[in-house]
Amino acid sequence: MNSARTPWTPGPTQLLLIKLLLIALCLLPLARLFGDLGPNPPEFVSRHTGTWTFNLLLLTLSVSPLRAWTGAHWLLRLRRSLGLLTFAYALLHFASFALFDHELAIQAIATDIVDRPFIAVGFAALLLMLPLALTSSNRAIALLGGRRWQELHRSIYLIGILAAIHYLWLAKITTYFYPLTYTLLLVLLLAWRVGARLKKASAPAPGFRGGSQPIKFFREKPDR
Amino acid sequence: MLIKNNDPAAPCPSEITGKDLYQGRRRFLRQAGALGGALWLGQAEANPAPAQLPPFKPGQPLPDEPLTSLDTLTSYGNFYEFGPNKDSPGRNAHTLKTRPWSVEVDGEVLKPRRFDLDELLRLAPLEERIYRLRCVEGWSAVVPWIGFPLAELIRRVQPTGNARYLEFWSLADPVQMPFVQYPTLDWPYREALRLDEAMHPLAILAVGLYGQVLPKPNGAPVRLVVPWKYGFKSGKSIVRIRFLEQQPRTSWMKAAPDEYGFYANVNPAVSHPRWSQAKERRLGEFFRRPTLPFNGYAAQVASLYAGMDLHRNY
Repeated sequence: MNSARTPWTPGPTQLLLIKLLLIALCLLPLARLFGDLGPNPPEFVSRHTGTWTFNLLLLTLSVSPLRAWTGAHWLLRLRRSLGLLTFAYALLHFASFALFDHELAIQAIATDIVDRPFIAVGFAALLLMLPLALTSSNRAIALLGGRRWQELHRSIYLIGILAAIHYLWLAKITTYFYPLTYTLLLVLLLAWRVGARLKKASAPAPGFRGGSQPIKFFREKPDR
Repeated sequence: MLIKNNDPAAPCPSEITGKDLYQGRRRFLRQAGALGGALWLGQAEANPAPAQLPPFKPGQPLPDEPLTSLDTLTSYGNFYEFGPNKDSPGRNAHTLKTRPWSVEVDGEVLKPRRFDLDELLRLAPLEERIYRLRCVEGWSAVVPWIGFPLAELIRRVQPTGNARYLEFWSLADPVQMPFVQYPTLDWPYREALRLDEAMHPLAILAVGLYGQVLPKPNGAPVRLVVPWKYGFKSGKSIVRIRFLEQQPRTSWMKAAPDEYGFYANVNPAVSHPRWSQAKERRLGEFFRRPTLPFNGYAAQVASLYAGMDLHRNY
């Protein structure tokens, strides 16, 4: 941010290519689902889609810090794709649960969401993602207004926290390593935001140094 | 040229090769192959371990429930001494040294002693037992174990009048088992049974699987199998059996007392605090099937718990 050199910025065509490449890369893990799924295929599908939801969520939350550190403001232009991909994986994750655990029986799905707290938390996160996905367009930003849109999209922090609870809650003492690692990464990404906000708050308000006065451009009021 | 034998006195083919043997022909070939392989490997390896079990009595298959494949059984499971994931034991358990091996039996017994593995293999006639295995996590399998009733061992050490519980200690060697150095569970892994549960004819010490020596990911060289309880009750790679007067606290009871009780009988009516136990997923299948009370062994074992509140004694 403070570096004098402005970092490389892609042109419109380059940006489009980068975006397409990024989307293709993020969809690549889906190819794994067409390979050998091991002895417990439903569990594999569920874990794989769940893990990639979290990976993409963390990646989405990394855009702002990366942008601040590198000064590469164009990174922001990739965030919408990452967020929508996160939502797509979350939907697949839920679909695998609905299909393999309950054979798509609505009643059974609803009961399970109520009965198992870690599923309720995961489901809450999914529901909260829905308005964000629906407002992921320039039109929605214009319609809501930038400030309100931004306030709405801050719920991604809550979604992240719910995702971490969901992951931790389904683990047991012998399997805490991955959920704890993901939680730590999330905490770091959220802490950076708190830090950035505090820094902004403590920075002196723009004013005039040493009691100097604004320059008067006109000695007299101009004629009307 | 077709030779037709219409002699009514000629024996029917099924009289020459019995139905059991005919239907088990693939297994017969596999065992023969394993024996051949073992003999060949025996030449190549310095390890004097015989890869072949003493002869055993074939088991009774479960009607309509096919066996889970050997490949699945050795590549999927929980053996936390070798890592946290389902595929960890399959990847990491090769470092386990199963010979020499002995099981120390002590505590409230008149004849405390140490059993060498070769002695255990010949302690009692070996038999195949085809059992359902139900993990507390909600997956299940059908496993052709080979072993002998635990009661055979108990009989030989003569429990004292005070003996009411048996505690099973698994090996906890950080050199062979890389994950024992992490303070996840209270190592060594300890599980326990009431004496009458341990004496039940369905409870066995297993030394083999699929006609072969027990594979390392499955708890070689000797493990407990209690088919009516959740899998975690059946300790692997047993090195010590202690007879006790008081009910001991097991490793899982210490880790999460509200989730893992002493009894841990398979019970579709009693939920785990975080999930229902009403259904299970058989390994290799996509959809879930209902879980049976006592894992389908209620007729044999329910009387052990007569008058007990199974919701409180989970």
